[in-house]
Amino acid sequence: MSDSAAEQKGMASKAHAEVHSDEEATLEGKSYRLKIFRGDAEGGKEVEYEIEAIEGMVVLDAVLKIQAEQANDLAVRWNCKAAHCGSCSAEINGRPKLLCKTRVEEYEGQEIRVHPIRAFPVIKDLVSDVSWNYGVSAQIQPFTTSEQAPFTMYEEDVERLYEPKKCIECFMCQDVCHVLRTHHKHPEFAGPRFFVRSQWLEMHPKDEGNRLQFLKEGRGGVQLCNITKCCSEVCPVGIHITDNSIIPLKERVADEYYDPAKWLMRKIRGRRNGSSNGNGGTRSTHARAGIRTNG
Amino acid sequence: MDANGHANGSSPHEVREHDVLIIGAGGAGLRAAVAATERGLSVGVVTKSLLGKAHTVMAEGGIAASLGNVDPADGWQTHFKDTLKSGKFINNWRMAELFSKEAPDRVYELEQWGALFNRTAEGKISQRPFGAHTYRRLCHVGDRTGLELIRTMQEKVLATDTQVYMETAVTKLFKNSEGRVVGALAYTRETGKFIHFKTKAVVLATGGWGRIYKVTSNSWEGTGDGAVLAYDAGAELVDMEMVQFHPTGMVWPPGVRGLLVTEGVRGEGGLLRNSKGERYMERYDKERMELSSRDVVARANYTEVQEGRGSPHGGVFLDITHLGYRGIMKKLPTMHEQFLKLADIDISKEPMEVFPTIHYTMGGVKVDPETCATNVPGLFAAGEVAGGLHGANRLGGNSLSDLLVFGRRAGMGAAEYVKSNGYSTEIREEELNAEKKRVMAPLEKREGENPYKIQQELQETMMEHANLMRNEDSLKEGLGKVLALKDRLPNIGVGGSTLFNPGWHTAQDVRHLIQISEIIIRCALERTERRGAQWRLDYDGPDEELGRVNLISKKDQQGEVGIEKREIPPMPEHLAKLFEEGE
Ligand SMILES: Cc1cc2nc3c(=O)[nH]c(=O)nc-3n(C[C@H](O)[C@H](O)[C@H](O)COP(=O)(O)OP(=O)(O)OC[C@H]3O[C@@H](n4cnc5c(N)ncnc54)[C@H](O)[C@@H]3O)c2cc1C
Ligand code: SF4
Ligand code: SF4
Ligand code: FES
Repeated sequence: MSDSAAEQKGMASKAHAEVHSDEEATLEGKSYRLKIFRGDAEGGKEVEYEIEAIEGMVVLDAVLKIQAEQANDLAVRWNCKAAHCGSCSAEINGRPKLLCKTRVEEYEGQEIRVHPIRAFPVIKDLVSDVSWNYGVSAQIQPFTTSEQAPFTMYEEDVERLYEPKKCIECFMCQDVCHVLRTHHKHPEFAGPRFFVRSQWLEMHPKDEGNRLQFLKEGRGGVQLCNITKCCSEVCPVGIHITDNSIIPLKERVADEYYDPAKWLMRKIRGRRNGSSNGNGGTRSTHARAGIRTNG
Repeated sequence: MDANGHANGSSPHEVREHDVLIIGAGGAGLRAAVAATERGLSVGVVTKSLLGKAHTVMAEGGIAASLGNVDPADGWQTHFKDTLKSGKFINNWRMAELFSKEAPDRVYELEQWGALFNRTAEGKISQRPFGAHTYRRLCHVGDRTGLELIRTMQEKVLATDTQVYMETAVTKLFKNSEGRVVGALAYTRETGKFIHFKTKAVVLATGGWGRIYKVTSNSWEGTGDGAVLAYDAGAELVDMEMVQFHPTGMVWPPGVRGLLVTEGVRGEGGLLRNSKGERYMERYDKERMELSSRDVVARANYTEVQEGRGSPHGGVFLDITHLGYRGIMKKLPTMHEQFLKLADIDISKEPMEVFPTIHYTMGGVKVDPETCATNVPGLFAAGEVAGGLHGANRLGGNSLSDLLVFGRRAGMGAAEYVKSNGYSTEIREEELNAEKKRVMAPLEKREGENPYKIQQELQETMMEHANLMRNEDSLKEGLGKVLALKDRLPNIGVGGSTLFNPGWHTAQDVRHLIQISEIIIRCALERTERRGAQWRLDYDGPDEELGRVNLISKKDQQGEVGIEKREIPPMPEHLAKLFEEGE
């Protein structure tokens, strides 16, 4: 056991822990000004707040400080504060950003205007209704295999899957994609996030599903993407959405639809992708899992 | 919606019916949902955040299971022994047995459902070393294992009939005239609308309460709602004094203080040094050094700083530069990004500064190992909110496997219970109205104390008086402060409407934080010894008597915290024997 006598003796003897305070780190006399959208589905306006500057502060720290000290009802989403959970997406000066990963100093000498992501309906202040995304997700055929784990898979078989699997569902790619943001094709276009998900599913060595029909004819709508790469530019975890997810999927869709020989090749080589049985990647009952955020 | 319309406590509510209601959508809640749905029941899952954002997503280091892929000598017996030794033998041994036996199946099940772990050269799931695990045991994918787990479970659940209520918070459990839990009241964060869930069983999977401290790795969600819901419903809590301080949290800049630096860094060979450049762990645990158990390393780091050998921002140095840029990008990419972005530190070139941060709560709702049933009929609990498995100190990686092993058992337990019981889910209308009224009160009051202020005072109190070194005087002083804060709860007032109003939500959460803190301090006063995470400076070491008991807390007749010392039943022969062999 580890409570060695040495440990017992060597330990500090103070039960009063020092409580570090933020005051130590305030940048003397310096303050930041932020303009934050305050409003709801009906509309709203920017409100300016001034707070004392603290060393190394990120925009989320600033927003939470305003919430705690000046505007208790200021709505914002966050969880991890470490760019792991994808909750805190919002738009700073018109660009989608994770608030927890964006330092206030980056905007030295500029205005800081914080708004909710706009490709989805605003609920209040910095919070938008992103529940649509979970509905789309529920319609994608999940991982499907007839093999029994544990699987034998080598690093080289799966290496390329780590990238799409890093997605933290911040939905910032969905926010910048003009097909959704400008053209509002929500009913027929799944958006980059779900091409990323489809990609790893389609390329997983053990998956036997087939989502190509979903991607082309179902609600995927991958052909609506015209490879502008805006999504890749904003992805906070660095997924090369266009090059590594969308283009390979587009190629597969093309192969499988227009070049049966390639399709057959893949089948014969024993890779999983060929099967066109099943329901073409769309789950037979759409959106079976009920998701609600709306009150 | 206008808050004024609710003054008479009869605000409208919606009714939703499910066979099983699961509160929480972390790993435990989602695994329970799959288990209950598979048994043909109607299942509802409520979560305060969006799906996929619970604490589980933040887990970095890995999931512990004795697959023996890297060290073939590993097996459930060794995992069992490591878990009990680390827990200082006040763990529930039956839970630990089930846990170590079933963890491998739960990991393979994740793989079956599409999760992808790093591989060994033989094409198996790779396993990394972690503090106080005898063998290399943590299955991982880089340093984002929790993301893989929660996303896999989330996608599994989305492919079932389970109904998910996102951004919905439960405030109370209801019991019928027989004393069975048959419902819950919740409000939706978006609009503030009330939902009365009528249900035949409830599974609590609400996670821990790390938010009671100021420096914490936990998000706003970790307010211990589940433990208080259970306590208010008459459930027993076990060993609540046991709070884990993770040895390595970030210290600078202030906004990230407490943010976790995964134990994976030490697992991959990271070295701890003080300002004199000494590898001081050799004075605290010569054998295991940096990979000693968390309680030991946390106290060592704390002591070095207290005794003046700390780093510029009041931490110690953690150095992983020997792995080099490429090694770090392969094994710890998230950590690299986190330090570069938030602290301007390139960890492939310079050491990190770290200090203990509150991380995990070992104590929790007492459950039956096989079914996760509590002492209140119809109420089940699994995951961090439940107590017993980890005893006085949790091993890294043991939480993620705990979620799956006992999430599944809770889902099955609740399903069995529902199928074998027929009873009414009716409750008294007055009870419903009284609860709605209580929840609305801060909005009705409008002008009053700022809930964030009370929360902050509580967090500072717990930091100061119930930290990782404790003594009677300081604990008593802390208790006084907590009780004073409790008295101020009715004064809370918040502006705004019921539309997504975090001030109003915080007013609800802060009640839970205060209740939990009171229980923790009272238990910490009772356990007059040094054992794992409970380190009483006014006592010399472990106490043999106290080593044979769990502290059970429960709401007594007067509505106060009642604490009972309950004897731990002796380990059966086949388990006790394990400790004799070879050691
Ligand atoms: C930064 C970090 C890193 C970690 N790394 C590791 C690791 O590497 N390995 C490991 O084994 N463990 C690790 N842990 C611990 C582990 O992640 C957690 O203990 C575990 O995820 C808890 O899971 P859970 O399912 O019990 O609860 P959580 O994941 O905390 O989920 C709780 C759920 O309950 C919901 N909820 C709470 N209250 C209410 C309410 N009143 N109404 C409705 N819903 C409610 C929440 O919204 C949430 O959905 C880590 C923890 C942290 C914070
Ligand atoms: S590349 Fe395609 S998916 Fe990405 S933003 Fe452009 S149009 Fe949208
Ligand atoms: S792909 Fe990138 S930008 Fe899109 S949701 Fe995932 S993490 Fe966010
Ligand atoms: S809070 Fe989790 S990504 Fe920002």
